[in-house]
Amino acid sequence: MTLGHTPSQTVGPYYAIGLCRRTDNELVAPDAPGALELTGRLLDGQGEPVVDGMIEVWDAVGGRWGRSGTHPEGQYSFVVAKPEAEDGRAPRLDVFVFARGLLRHQLTRVYFPDEPEANAADPVLSVLGERERQTLVARQQGASLLFDITMQGDSATVFFAH
Amino acid sequence: MTDVDSPIVLPDDPSFGPEVQVDYPGYRSTRWRAPDHPLVTLPEDLHDPAGPVFGERTVGEHDHDLTVQHEGEPLGERIVVTGRLLDVDGRPLQGALVEVWQANAAGRYRHEVDQHPAPLDPNFAGAGRCLTDDDGRYRFITVKPGSYPWGNHENAWRPAHIHFSVFGPSFTQRLVTQMYFPGDPLFEFDPIFHSVRDPKARALLISRFDLATTTPQWALGYQWDIVLGRGGAGTTPFEEDHV
Repeated sequence: MTLGHTPSQTVGPYYAIGLCRRTDNELVAPDAPGALELTGRLLDGQGEPVVDGMIEVWDAVGGRWGRSGTHPEGQYSFVVAKPEAEDGRAPRLDVFVFARGLLRHQLTRVYFPDEPEANAADPVLSVLGERERQTLVARQQGASLLFDITMQGDSATVFFAH
Repeated sequence: MTDVDSPIVLPDDPSFGPEVQVDYPGYRSTRWRAPDHPLVTLPEDLHDPAGPVFGERTVGEHDHDLTVQHEGEPLGERIVVTGRLLDVDGRPLQGALVEVWQANAAGRYRHEVDQHPAPLDPNFAGAGRCLTDDDGRYRFITVKPGSYPWGNHENAWRPAHIHFSVFGPSFTQRLVTQMYFPGDPLFEFDPIFHSVRDPKARALLISRFDLATTTPQWALGYQWDIVLGRGGAGTTPFEEDHV
């Protein structure tokens, strides 16, 4: 017999007392070779910053995980390194978005802007339309990577079923 | 009272199964935050890497006991909350990180945004964590959280609950949810609880009072098993309905 799985409920506005007691946003040390800042804003369907959200990122190839709350202006930030590319796939980070008002966390991905050939051949990116694909590729801004996550509307980020 | 000030509780709908309705209209904050585009289904072989593993170093000696983290004991009804972390085939999931957070016995979170005029307790931070044991079991000692008001609609109060965050073996088995207490009179008015529209699935969010877990002269016991889905691309009932 198969058991019914436990349903999701929102992380709520006060998750930080339980989930952000320590700093967990460095997947690699800031002085590690190849360390990059990954930052961006979490935006709602009216373009307003979500100031009580939480982002988790996972580099499945490198086994590196991190978590960041969104702060005033909806800003999150991580220190990451570009993951190794798996065979035939572009390097990427898996991303979960949590927030008050989100009854279940949402799954998206960050791809890297300096990998145009790998991105064009990636089996996930390549089946998306141009607009959708662009929502998953971070932008280079100085030494940082910028990746805004938009929940709704014409510029909504692509979210994946999970 | 206008419509917008009333609790909106949609009728039960078993077709949702264990899935939550992410755009549940009664929970107003979903309006601009729930995704409004269809979710994209990833190819079957590309969607579900193994997830992060957290070792013993993640967890401190007193992290599972929310009543001993300060100089004195917190006020409130001391409780033991325990259960097993399982997959849908009933297999225990070992070494999984379980994190909890909650309001104190008066219904107040130790968080700067919480302005409910109920007292903070200097002896209660309301946060814990542990790893599941070889039998998949977690165990926390805490105090029963109070109910508290929120601004969702007129005279809105949340049923007492403890927030749970769980990591499963695969990345997409991640679960964040809330555990409730049996017989709460606020269930019928709470849109977050009712966003799980299948009453059978909703019941999976409610712990069970257990006399065997109750420790004589010391603490009431509650049992609550957590079952993680298979992970992967999944299908929502919405998609199934429209096939």
